[in-house]
Amino acid sequence: MKKTSLLLSIVFSITSLYAVDNELILEKKFPKKLSDFHFFKDTHAQIPSKGVVPYELISSLFSDYSYKQRWVYVPEGRKASFRKDKVFDFPVGSALIKTFYYPIDERNLSLGKKLMETRLLLRKQNGWEAVSYAWNENQDEAIIKKAGKTILTDWIDFKGENRSVRYRVPNKNQCKECHSNNDAVMPIGPKARNLNKIYDYQDESINQLTKWMKLDYIDNIQIDLNTPVNWEDDNHSLEARVRSYLDINCGHCHISTGGANSTGLYLDLTESRPTHLGINKKPVATGRGSGGHEFSISPGKAEESILLYRMISTDPGVMMPESGRSLTHTEAIEMIEDWISSM
Amino acid sequence: MGKMKNLLLMTLLVLSSFSISAKQILLGPNSNSQEEIQEALIDLEPGDILTLEPGEYFFEDGISLDVNDVIFEGSGIDNTILDFGDQVSGAQGLLVTSDGVTLRDFAVLDAKGDAIKVIGADGISMIRLKTEWTGGPKETNGAYGFYPVESKDVLIDGCVAIGASDAGIYVGQSQNIIVKNSVAQYNVAGIEIENSYYADVFDNLASHNTGGILVFDLPDLPQQGGHHVRVFRNKAINNDTDNFAPEGNIVGEVPRGTGIIIQANSDIEVFDNDIYGNGTVNLSIVTYGYETEDENYNPHPKSIQIHNNRFGDGGFDPDVGTGELAAILFELSDGDMPDIFWDGILPMNQMLFGQPDDERLVISNNGDATFLTLNPIKYLLPFFDPVERDIKEYDGEVRPLPEVILN
Repeated sequence: MKKTSLLLSIVFSITSLYAVDNELILEKKFPKKLSDFHFFKDTHAQIPSKGVVPYELISSLFSDYSYKQRWVYVPEGRKASFRKDKVFDFPVGSALIKTFYYPIDERNLSLGKKLMETRLLLRKQNGWEAVSYAWNENQDEAIIKKAGKTILTDWIDFKGENRSVRYRVPNKNQCKECHSNNDAVMPIGPKARNLNKIYDYQDESINQLTKWMKLDYIDNIQIDLNTPVNWEDDNHSLEARVRSYLDINCGHCHISTGGANSTGLYLDLTESRPTHLGINKKPVATGRGSGGHEFSISPGKAEESILLYRMISTDPGVMMPESGRSLTHTEAIEMIEDWISSM
Repeated sequence: MGKMKNLLLMTLLVLSSFSISAKQILLGPNSNSQEEIQEALIDLEPGDILTLEPGEYFFEDGISLDVNDVIFEGSGIDNTILDFGDQVSGAQGLLVTSDGVTLRDFAVLDAKGDAIKVIGADGISMIRLKTEWTGGPKETNGAYGFYPVESKDVLIDGCVAIGASDAGIYVGQSQNIIVKNSVAQYNVAGIEIENSYYADVFDNLASHNTGGILVFDLPDLPQQGGHHVRVFRNKAINNDTDNFAPEGNIVGEVPRGTGIIIQANSDIEVFDNDIYGNGTVNLSIVTYGYETEDENYNPHPKSIQIHNNRFGDGGFDPDVGTGELAAILFELSDGDMPDIFWDGILPMNQMLFGQPDDERLVISNNGDATFLTLNPIKYLLPFFDPVERDIKEYDGEVRPLPEVILN
């Protein structure tokens, strides 16, 4: 009898070690260490705990060529509800976990990677809160960085060139600069439409939304969504690729409910009014961000379009997005150049 | 005794409205100021005060404040200097996104973008602050010194704005605004109120800008149809700096030597100002000059009242090379530039059948100010001189606008 209860308590403590700390997600104060949440069985190797499920977005936001790994956690017995063209309404106690890293060498991913930071969005009682943890030198723990951090790092890109970056771990307020919708903190990625693709799970390859339904993370929904495309996949039309890229990179801020709504420039996937998409639209409070150009998008004239000028620039007083980028996204620039030229 | 009790009660009320542990944090300059100040701004709680001691503080990144009801202060605009000359990231020097914040007694220098931006605030007070680009007027300077946008109950009092490549003090898409006792110099626009409702702009000095004081309204924006702006007891004088705005911006059209411009908007009252030394024109009232498909936008100024101002010399050095206004005016006036110009453009039905009485332009008691407007019908017909210069035609009873009271 005694033996059984001892065994049981050992089993229990081992499993609880691998279980996410539900209470910590809800607490007002953030713990100092990422591992305190128990999102991972193995912090360094980022092996997720039970209920922590990896996901990908169809197109993702450019963050200085860093790679991202994402996981979602929904507490047992609760569900996120579907909202068309919006992020799922996740229940209190949910967590979105995103680790940013650079491969040592993009040509050979097995050479390993350097973990930069893990950003968390935690669904607390009064709404979402954002915080970031920066990985230590040993790569076995990430430490909270409320005021942000600058990390100088480098990697070898897919052409074999050495690249270096002044990587910024955002401070708590900077998180809100992007993750702000109607003045509240809001996730950006996990809208149903951005998840509508096959993912190779350990046990099966299946549409992510179907998986979430099977897991009871969401109710059954019809998968006939206004789905963006992978902007890197040139099997899709140029128009679709560009709109998908602008949506995930700009549309969370440049939307009538977002932080940049005072500009009248709206770049989310659902926008259809030409002026608000920037076509022959004069700038409002752009200052030297205009680069001497008259319109956000001058059809046929990429080199005279403010939108492109600000995407190319790395000057903090000019560049877009305002934060989270210090390098130019050359591949996307080429695509948008083509798009404006073809108008 | 009863008085004493009341006082005590009031003190308690005041205390309890903030967190009991309201505290003052004092920071001085050091090599880690960037992180220290940013962390302090994040950790503030409502009721707290963050005070920066005298000294120079250097920043590589913008800093931001997102806590309601706090005070962020320095020790005077000449003593506490926030220097962003080496900034490498952040679209502004200081960003405020929370409500009920007071900023006072410090200077923000050489930000790469805007100096102080406040977005979506319900209550923001900027008192005795300075924003400056220290290299003089340059196209590479940031756009705005003071930049509250989409905010309510905005107070700018006793501030100094120098060198902005757009506007020194710019209030956009906001309502309930007071800009007073402030100085704007060597900016493209000194003070600009844009797409805003209920603003009082008074006791300011706007000089050596390209244009002194601008009241503008632009289309295709969430808040437009600017109205109820009072501009009074200001000095809009000696605005003589060449326009150095990057092209594409609406202020890039403003000719050097403009005292006050009113563009679109309704219910604007300009009175008791000193307006002189402006080489192109002391005051113009104009229609938005670009095509727009925005059906909800009214490009024409209406219910504008200009009275009891003191005009001095103006129009002696028209900047015909910038925008179209100066060149058109120079041609129309045969070089005899007026103090007050109205482009005369009205909606078509009003051009034909006249304006309703309460929308008419009123110009009264402005001493011996001269005037020029254009009769658009005559302008379109041959053999008529479209230029009209009789200011008495616009004499009328002034209907004062209400004072702005901040909550």
